[in-house]
Formats: sequence, C-alpha cells, structure tokens
Amino acid sequence: MAQTLFEKLWQEHLVEKQSDGTDLIYIDRVFLHERTGSIALSSLRADGREIFCPEQVFCCMDHIVDTYPDRSDETTMPSGRDFIVATREGAHEAGLTLFDLDDPRQGIVHVVSPEQGIVQPGITLVCPDSHTCTQGAFGALAWGIGSSEAEHALVTKTLRVSKPKSMRVSFEGVLAAGVSAKDMILHLIARFGASGGSGYVLEFSGSAVADLCMEGRMTLCNMAVEFSAFTGLIAPDHQTIDYLRGKPYAPVGTLWDDAVQYWQQLSTDKDATFDREIVIDCTDIEPQVTWGTSPEHAIPINGLIATAFGHEAQASGYDKALEYMGLTAGQPIAGQPIDCVFIGSCTNARISDLRLAASILRGNKIRPGMRAICVPGSMQVKAQAETEGLDRIFIDAGFEWRASGCSMCFFAGGEHFDFQQRVVSTTNRNFESRQGPQTRTHLASPATVAASAVTGVITDPREML
Amino acid sequence: MDKFIQHLGVAAPLIRSNVDTDAIIPSREMKRVSKQGLGEGLFAGWRYLQAGGRDAAPEFVLNQDAYRDASIILSGPNFGCGSSREHAVWALAEYGIRVVVAPSFGTIFANNCIRNGLLPLVLGANIIAEIAAWVAQDPCQNKVLVDLPEQQLQASGEAFNFEIEPWAKRMLVEGLDAISLTQTRWQTIDRFHRHRQSLRPWLYQH
Repeated sequence: MAQTLFEKLWQEHLVEKQSDGTDLIYIDRVFLHERTGSIALSSLRADGREIFCPEQVFCCMDHIVDTYPDRSDETTMPSGRDFIVATREGAHEAGLTLFDLDDPRQGIVHVVSPEQGIVQPGITLVCPDSHTCTQGAFGALAWGIGSSEAEHALVTKTLRVSKPKSMRVSFEGVLAAGVSAKDMILHLIARFGASGGSGYVLEFSGSAVADLCMEGRMTLCNMAVEFSAFTGLIAPDHQTIDYLRGKPYAPVGTLWDDAVQYWQQLSTDKDATFDREIVIDCTDIEPQVTWGTSPEHAIPINGLIATAFGHEAQASGYDKALEYMGLTAGQPIAGQPIDCVFIGSCTNARISDLRLAASILRGNKIRPGMRAICVPGSMQVKAQAETEGLDRIFIDAGFEWRASGCSMCFFAGGEHFDFQQRVVSTTNRNFESRQGPQTRTHLASPATVAASAVTGVITDPREML
Repeated sequence: MDKFIQHLGVAAPLIRSNVDTDAIIPSREMKRVSKQGLGEGLFAGWRYLQAGGRDAAPEFVLNQDAYRDASIILSGPNFGCGSSREHAVWALAEYGIRVVVAPSFGTIFANNCIRNGLLPLVLGANIIAEIAAWVAQDPCQNKVLVDLPEQQLQASGEAFNFEIEPWAKRMLVEGLDAISLTQTRWQTIDRFHRHRQSLRPWLYQH
C-alpha cells in the first residue's frame, strides 16, 4: 500500500501497539539541554533509574549559558550555574556525550545536531525542547517532549505515542528576491492560525522546498511547533546527503553507502494520501513581520496592523495584543520605529542567515542609539563567519558579536532587552515578555532584521537588495 | 501519581486564545533544578504588577476573592502552546489546578498534563463561554464538577460530555506511571533494539 514518509518512519519504529490505543515507538537518539535536561537527569537519579543506551544521548549547553565573550559557569541569570553544573555532572555520571561550554562544537542543540551529523534521515530523535521539529528537515521524525517523557525515552528507549494525523504542505513556485524560509512559515501560520497544524505531522514539499538549502529547510521545520503541529519533516534528497557527508557522526566506509541507499527510499509514495493537504503559491509571499503576540499575527511587510487574514477566532485576541505591543489597528507596520534588533536562535542563526544579513549590513551602520546583537547558532557557525570576515561586517555596522547560545530568544532572568523595548528579531516567538520584561517582539527574517537595523524602523529588505 | 476520578471546584475564566507556556510560567520564574517551588510563579506576568515582583495585579482573575480558590481554569483555544517546559504543568499543579478546560491544547502541554495528573479537558468555545457566564454569577457557589470515568462536566444544571483518548483517561484514572508500565514490555523492546542494531548498523558505528 502506498505510504507517506511519515507512515514509513512510524512503521520503522513501531515496537508494538498497546492495548490503550497508543503505539510504542522506538527512539533512536535523545538530546538534552541544561534547562530541562538537568531536571530529567536529576529526577532519574532520585528515582534510581538508569539510562539505557547512553551512547545515543547527547547534551548541549545552550539555554542558560551567557553569550558574552568571557563567559563561565557563572551566568547573568541568577542560579543559572546550578543548571549548568547539574547537567554536566549528570552527563558525566551517565556517560552521555556533552558539548560543554568550552567545546568548540558548543551551540544551540538544533544547530549542533545537524552540524555533527547526529540527526540523520530515517531516525527518531526527541528532546525536551519544542523546537526539536527543526531536525525534521533531514527526513527524521524529530519532536519536542516534556521532561517526564524525556525520562521515559532515556530509560525505556521508547515513547508511548498516539499516532498523529498527516498533512502535506506544498510550497509551489519560486520565492521572490528578499523572501526566505522564515517568510514562508510565518505566512503559513498567519493564514491558517497558530493551531492550524494541531494533531498533524506536516510534510513540507513542493518546488520551493526543494529549492531551499538545508538551512532554509531547518528554518521552515523549526516553526512547525508554532503552527501547533506534532512536528514537521522534509524528505531527504541529494542536498540532505551532501550536507551529511563527512560530518563527524555520519556513517563512514561501506556503512555510508548502505545508509545512503536506505535514505533514498525515504519519500512519500506517489499514490499515498494525507489526512489534509495545503498548497501555497510562493509567488504571492512577501517578506513577513508580526505585529502582535502570537506568530499567527504575521502580515506582509507592506500590510496594515491587525488586518491580515484575521478570521474571527484570531481577531478576538487582537485588542490585548495591540495594547501590549503599543500599536494601533490599521496602521502600516513598515516604518514603525524600533529600539533593538536581534539575530540569533535555532530558527535563523546559521551561516546562510548570517551571510544574508551581512550582505545587507555591509558598508552600513545601524541607526545611532539602537542596540543590535548577533548570536551565532553555534561556535562552529561563529568560527566560519569569522573566517569569512562576516564578524567585521557586523561589528563595523554596530552589532555586538557574541558567543553561541539561545541568548535573548527568551528571557530567563539573565540576558534580556529592556522594558517595553521594540525588537525586530529572527527568533520564533513573539509572546509577551519573551525577550525581556514587557518587550515588544516583531518576528522577521534575517534580511528584514538587517534592513531594519540600518534604518531604525521596520523596513522591507527588498529596498536594500 | 494521584488518581483522577472526580473533581469539584471553583472555575476561573481566563478566556483568551493561545495562552502559551511562557505566560503560564515565565522562564525567569524557573529558578531551580527542581519540579517544586513553581506555584508562586504561575501566570507571574499577569498575576503580579512587576516582573519578578510579588505585588498582586488586582484585575487578574486568580487575584480576585471569588476565584482565589480556583482549581479549574476555563480558557480559549490552543492553551499551553509554545515551549515544552513541563514547569507549566508543575506550576499549575502546585498552585492547586486540577483541570484546564479549553477548545484545544498544545500537544506537548497536554501530554505533560497527563504525566502529572492534570486533566486537559476539551469542550467547544461556546460551551466554555456558557459555563463561564454561569460561574460568574457566584463563583464560590456555582462550582463545576468533572467526572472523568463518565467523561462528563456538570455546570449550570447541565451535563456536558467530553472526549478524551482512552490512554490518557486510563493514565489519569488509574494514576499510572508510564515508565513502569512500559518496563513491563521490556523483552519486546530489547528484541526490537537488537534487531535495529543489525538493520541500521550505521547508527551504532560511533
């Protein structure tokens, strides 16, 4: 019978069906980070439970660590050290691979895993982090879980999961210049609502997805969770294989050939059916920017605030969002003065994102008085950028050039933007106080963020290409 | 884990869409490597006047006398979206919330609820609005009864049936620990594990 890619992956990992209607799914690899992984590890220790297969468990320090150049275990977040130390001790005790603070491979989990070749097509991978869906870009079934489920996966090598439904999202056509994967996913969420993907595994496909580089595909899958999807994935192709070749954890020798042969089978059969299909014409997509406090509050950059697709359920929250953001419905979003820009996060801080932003910043300066920060997604991305001289472009433009971590993608009591500051950000969440107390976050692509940094107002990047 | 059979309690309306887990427990309130001590940080951004402060914001529903003993929350669609932080559920539970009623939930949040004895209860937005209106007449008297085995919520003299997946119902009603449950399948898992090592050997090369 014709199967979707998701069904193939599910079948591949189905240990057995349970009498309660769930499926027992085998988990190939687990990632932990110091924010939630620390708790899972200490809870296991307290319960006297052991990790089965520690060689398939990897830990990152990303959420709480500072990104200042002279950082240490001491953090600007009060008590942050406890999370770092607990994770390090837990990882050592259990024999897990740890990308620690002083490791040149350190960085954000969903940047590090692909860089190291730990995520591979056809595997299941979980992490107590909602953006684990990022890694579905490799044709893996990768999804975010809670701490208790992480403990379950660590101890039993499985999860009990109720099988999600399947949805194909086809992006067809060619993206306009200045439009990127971030604009595609924001467009999707705005059009179908922040819960539009609830209960589904999304398969992104279509000519525009095939045209995306692996990093763009990761950006697309990264925000599947902001669409409330179980996860997102993309069938592996020659780009996926080229990306993984030679990565530290990629197969070697004849096993590489065996792996590639298997990976090439991982696609949706021609006659397979999905529970739902969405087709999007990419020629219509403009650079997107959010005006409110949910990713569904995205509008084209030349659009008017709080007027986009706005079906009734969404519109019910508009007043609170407008009040929080200090904006008025019906006004243009372009031209809104901003205080800060942020380039970072598992969404948009890979080398292609930095190159794109740098191409706009080259020879320009940020508007005086503004604060601009660039936090590379990993120390490897940082090193690569420095090799290419991108760091000079950022620094000369007036950016702070940081070490890697999640940084101000979220406010944990440490690094943050100030009260009610308006930030244009390449991150994934514009929730209230997400980047600092009462901060007003506008989500956008690296190109839009760079263009806005130069002008000091929300700016269409196409004007600066 | 405590079993969830029936619950009778005061229901507090927090009717808005997309109440994310950052709102339920801001990251800055997650101060310790612990599942405890989080109740105080519940809804901190709305509940207190200032970030990090503890002066009550008078207009926030849980700060109003009538709703001070609330153990049920009535909310809008996509409750618990966003971050996977289980702290959101630990904070709700420590505060004393046993049930959240909403038209839909973030998937990870709903799973986290089941693991911690909280019931994510799905009803239509219109019904929730109706219940909230009835509760508001006298919140302390007009209590809401939830009967999980019967899959029924009783309010305003009416009984509303709700759907819940069989596995989730069983976990809650029997107060099961998922890890212990799965460990009874150990032989099957181990067999699968060994088979997978021979089927996809490159995953075990390093």
